[in-house]
This record gives sequence, C-alpha cells and structure tokens, in this order.
Amino acid sequence: MIEVNNLHKSFGDLHVLKGISTKFLPGYTNLIIGQSGSGKTVFLKCLLGLIEPEEGTICFDGQTYSELTINERRDIRSKIGMVFQGGALFDSMSILENVMFPLRMFTKMNLSERQDRADEVLKRVNLPNAHHKKPSEASGGMQKRVAIARAIVNNPKYLFCDEPNSGLDPKTAIVIDNLIKEITDEYNITTVINSHDMNSVMEIGEKIVFLKDGVKEWEGSKETIFKTDNEAVTNFVYSSELFKKVKQMYLEERN
Amino acid sequence: MNYLHNIGAYFLMIKDMFRRPTKWSVMKTLILKDIDDLVIGSLGIVAFISFFVGGVVAIQTSLNINNPLIPKNLIGFATRQSVILEFAPTFISIIIAGKVGSFITSSIGTMRVTEQIDALEVMGINALNYLVFPKLMAMLLYPFVIAIAMFLGIFGGYVACVYGGYSTSEDFINGVQLDFIPFHIVYAFIKTLVFAFVLATIPSFYGFFMKGGALEVGKASTTAFVWCSVVIILLNYLLTSIMLG
Repeated sequence: MIEVNNLHKSFGDLHVLKGISTKFLPGYTNLIIGQSGSGKTVFLKCLLGLIEPEEGTICFDGQTYSELTINERRDIRSKIGMVFQGGALFDSMSILENVMFPLRMFTKMNLSERQDRADEVLKRVNLPNAHHKKPSEASGGMQKRVAIARAIVNNPKYLFCDEPNSGLDPKTAIVIDNLIKEITDEYNITTVINSHDMNSVMEIGEKIVFLKDGVKEWEGSKETIFKTDNEAVTNFVYSSELFKKVKQMYLEERN
Repeated sequence: MNYLHNIGAYFLMIKDMFRRPTKWSVMKTLILKDIDDLVIGSLGIVAFISFFVGGVVAIQTSLNINNPLIPKNLIGFATRQSVILEFAPTFISIIIAGKVGSFITSSIGTMRVTEQIDALEVMGINALNYLVFPKLMAMLLYPFVIAIAMFLGIFGGYVACVYGGYSTSEDFINGVQLDFIPFHIVYAFIKTLVFAFVLATIPSFYGFFMKGGALEVGKASTTAFVWCSVVIILLNYLLTSIMLG
C-alpha cells in the first residue's frame, strides 16, 4: 500500500501540490486524473522519488520514504516498475535487452535465465517475436508493451504508469489498459496510473483520485464518478461530446 | 551568478558520479562501448588532421628560413616541438571537444529528453555513475590517441619536407633528435590526461542537466563545446606556466 499525507510542492512562486492525502491499495488499479496543469505529473514524480516534496510524507507499506537511508530508498526503488509516457526505452539496446536490463542490474541471474524470464514477460504482453528489434523500429503500441514488460520483469510491488495510452489509437489504448489491469490482478501489485483519458477511467478505474489546481478535489471509483455532484469532476467527465451523449441516454433511460 | 551555480553543480556532479557504483559486469561493457565510441571512433579524424597539420608546420617553417646560416635541421626541430608541446595535446583536444563533446552531450541530452535518465533513476540506478563514469574511464585511453597524433604529426612533417624538397631526410631526422627533453613528453601527457577529464565531464554535465526538447539538445551541445574549449585553453595556460614556466 502507498499512503500519501499532506503533500506539498512548489516551484518558485508556483504552488503545484497543495496538501494532497490519499491511499493507493494493492491489487487495485488506482487512477490519478485531472486536467493538464492540475499537478498529476508532479504528484507522480513525487511518488517515484524523482521530485522531493517540501512537506508531507509518502509511505510504502509503512516505510516513510523521506526518512529512509539511500540504500533503503534504493531497495524500495528496485521494487518499483514504471511505464513512462513515451516508453523511455533505451535506444542503444534491443527490445530483449531493454526487458532484461532490470534483471541484469538487480539479480544474479545468468544470461540464459534472464532471457527465459524476458521471453516469458514478452509473451505475457503479446510480443513473442520482437526480441531483436530496436525500440525505434517498434510501433507506439509495441513500445508501450515493451515498457510494461520491462516494468514487470523483476516482479515489482508497485507499478506506476504515466499516461500509458497517450498517442495510441482507441483500440490499442484499451488493449494496454486491460493488460495493466490483468497484470495488477495477476501479481497483486499496487498500480498507480496517471491519466486524463476517460476511456481508461471507464475500463480500469477501480480507485480514482481527481486533482484540480494541485488539490485532491474528489476520490471514488468508476461506478461513483458518474453519480457525483462535484462540479469540477462533472465538468471534466462530461467535457467530451461522447460522454455528454452517454449521460443524456442514461438520464433518458432512468426517466 | 548562473556561472557560479553551474560551477558548483559541476563539482557536485563529479562527487555524485562516484557514489553507488554500477555492477562491474555491467560497467565493463559500458566502458568498452565508450572506448569504441569515444577513442577508437576518433582515431580516423585525429590521424588525418595530425598528418596534414604536421606537414604544414614543416613547410611553413622551411619557407620562413631565409638565412643560409640557419641550419636546415631546424625544420625537424620546430616541427617536433610544435607537435609535441602544443599541436597534439591542445589543438587535437579542441577538435575532440567538437567531435566527442557534442556526441556525449547529445546522447546524454537525448536520454534526458526522452525520460531514459528518469527511467534509470526510478530503478534506483545512479544515472551519473552509469552514464558518465564509463566515459571518464574510456577517456583515460585518450593519451594513446595523442601519442598517435604526435607520431603522425612529425611523420607528416617528414613526408612534406623530404618529398616536397624542403630538406633532406637526414637533416629532418637530426632536427627531430636535436636537444630532445623527455620531460616535454611527460608534460604533454599530463596535459592530455587533464584535458581528457574535461572532455568527458563538461559535455556530460551539459547533457545530464539540460532541460527542454530537441532544440535544447543542440544548444547544449554547442554550449558544451564552447566551455570545453575555454576550459582547455585556460588549463593549458595554467599547466604550461606551472610545469614549464
């Protein structure tokens, strides 16, 4: 479980995070949603330890990150899998080498054991025949799958995804969303996804945290988000014509 | 004020580079790859420039000796001194700052822009040790490049002089051996090692701490080249004053 208490972060005069508190439970796909500039990425980077918050605490299974030594922090980080928005695959390595990289860095597996494990996870993300391609030769969807494979290859306890389906067509985006959901259930990991895609919310949003101007405006699930009276949430949810139509149909059906 | 901040950040980067070392089995591969990219990959251009500049130094020297009282072996002597003391260690380092420096800045800068450095840090890897330390180790072989530049520079001078009819082979070789001071070689290699450190770390600094997108990668490469050149010229003056002054 990841527990966040009263998180604050500023850049100069700009107060980006204003006292966010929440919990992300294991075995759940937790979504952080909100408009661009609402502080989602800064919040995610604080959770990852890439940005040091000014105030507040982040606890990984009861261990307060800011109170840990460098080696203890390193231990926590080795249990984190991260899927970056652009994939962040290493250009100089093949897809197989990218997936084997965390194993090479953090385990004592020999080459054949590493290859077997990488094969296994590449099959799991439906990429059984792309081992020797370079990331630049792979499509956007393939790159995202490789990034997921790399994130889960070392059996992480926590999986973070920064807009995992941005830049993908709707069908591939759903495949990626479902893959993340399946992996979360299969490995019982704490998954935190940063998104502004309402399709993702509908597909996999078991717990949703809505941010607005650096404040946690609302939290709930995909079942409750459509029933909330919170104006900021409804403005966000029904900003697209598609969802306006869905709401209209829902109301008509109810009446 | 910004300069002072950068100087402080640079020295903190050097300190952090030695913390939390990467596994030796991984580091070994990275060092070998960087030796190939930075050292072996530079040999062609260094050989080409050294040979022809050595030739030009010899020709220029011979054309400026009008007095019949000045012996012809001065051409070999002047070529040797120019090449060993300044041309090979300093001039070649400025060229390498353009070639290797921009390669280092752009490759690390691109990794920053595409979040590959963030990916390393999230995994708990010391990205500075993983990316910069192997480059520093690879550049320890830089004196070998300079040794080749010295040899080819003098050889270029010999070929230009003898086959261009400016002096005889004997005169040139006599000149090259005249008043040879072995400490000059030591001085040149000490300078080279200091420049190697500069060439590995300053471009890495500008790549690692860059912000922005593709345009900024280009700007960072240019800035890295400018600062490498400035620091090399200043250190050259300082080291020459201390060691030969």
